[in-house]
Amino acid sequence: MHPVRRKRLVALFSILIILGLAVGLILYALQQNINLFYGPTQVAQGEAPQNITIRVGGMVVENSVQRDQTSLAVRFEVTDFVHNIAIEYDGILPDLFREGQGIVAQGKLNENGIFIAQEVLAKHDEKYMSPEVSEALESAKSYSTTLVE
Amino acid sequence: MNWTWFHKFGSPKWFFQWADKWGKLIFYIGIALFLVGLVLGLGFAPEDYQQGNSVRIIYIHVPAAMLAQSCYLALGVAGIVFMVWQMKMAPIFMKAMAPIGAVMAFLALMSGAIWGKPTWGTWWVWDARLTSVLILFLMYLGIVAIQNSFDDTKLADKAAAIIAIIGLINLPIIKYSVEWWNSLHQPATFVIGEKPSMPSEMWVPLLFSVLGFYCIVTALVCWRMQTELLIRERRASWVKKEVTKHGV
Repeated sequence: MHPVRRKRLVALFSILIILGLAVGLILYALQQNINLFYGPTQVAQGEAPQNITIRVGGMVVENSVQRDQTSLAVRFEVTDFVHNIAIEYDGILPDLFREGQGIVAQGKLNENGIFIAQEVLAKHDEKYMSPEVSEALESAKSYSTTLVE
Repeated sequence: MNWTWFHKFGSPKWFFQWADKWGKLIFYIGIALFLVGLVLGLGFAPEDYQQGNSVRIIYIHVPAAMLAQSCYLALGVAGIVFMVWQMKMAPIFMKAMAPIGAVMAFLALMSGAIWGKPTWGTWWVWDARLTSVLILFLMYLGIVAIQNSFDDTKLADKAAAIIAIIGLINLPIIKYSVEWWNSLHQPATFVIGEKPSMPSEMWVPLLFSVLGFYCIVTALVCWRMQTELLIRERRASWVKKEVTKHGV
């Protein structure tokens, strides 16, 4: 390669690498601000501040959803399979909300460690399935559990 | 490695004639692929077990998002080629590509928002993936603006190339944003070397749609480059010949 061009190429890549490092360090330093939500373990370890609007996310625990019979109030737990956190919410849940579904809730953590949500969003995972396949999987699962029982 | 083909594309006259010959064909192939993808995707692909019919927006959203990133990669590489080798086709390519990339990024953002409302329950969140794609869109706008804002073409090309190169840092951030940080956007469904987490009735139409998008964008870029070539090379004798050949 022509020496002038090589010099330009090296200079360009050095600039890119240095800028990339700078951006990387900034993003690393801001990690907690870029994370959209706190996980249940972070909340359990006291990393999440109280009485400040934050988001928590996790998987809705099976059989934990308790709906109030007369209002929209609902109480459920989310988990990351290490720790759980209780969430209370009064409002319309997204269509995708169900037990076993990932959700992200925005709200405040109170003194008792209960998260009072103002907004609940459903998180969709990367798996796509047709309804028939999903039903087949469900029935296979319930079949195997009845076998175990 | 044989670089003759690359040097051929560096010749304005050769490229102009090549684009004249193949542009239309590539465009029609692209339209055909895209239509096949749309018909299969909207008419025959199954619903998703959770999202229902709103899953079908992926036949626009995924290709648009892929193109937005691919176009940017091409833009950055063209920037490097221009800065290092000073090929005069590189800035012409950048000028042709940048607005198309911007449209793709915008399409990805819009379709994502339309999908997000029924699925997540919100149009927009400031999560890492969404924000980094918004930055990508703004980078495109910046490049378009800068390349058009100087009277001195050489200066404009240089400034646009530098911004395009610096913006390359954003690409890995977009790609890994869903893994490095907690985000609302789901991680990648297709990972190289792994079985896709999607039935083939869904991903085959998607593949058609993606290939169609690539062809359409290639053809549009060729045509836009031809226009830019005619403007920049207006004093060259081959341009006069080309233009008289078309009866002007």
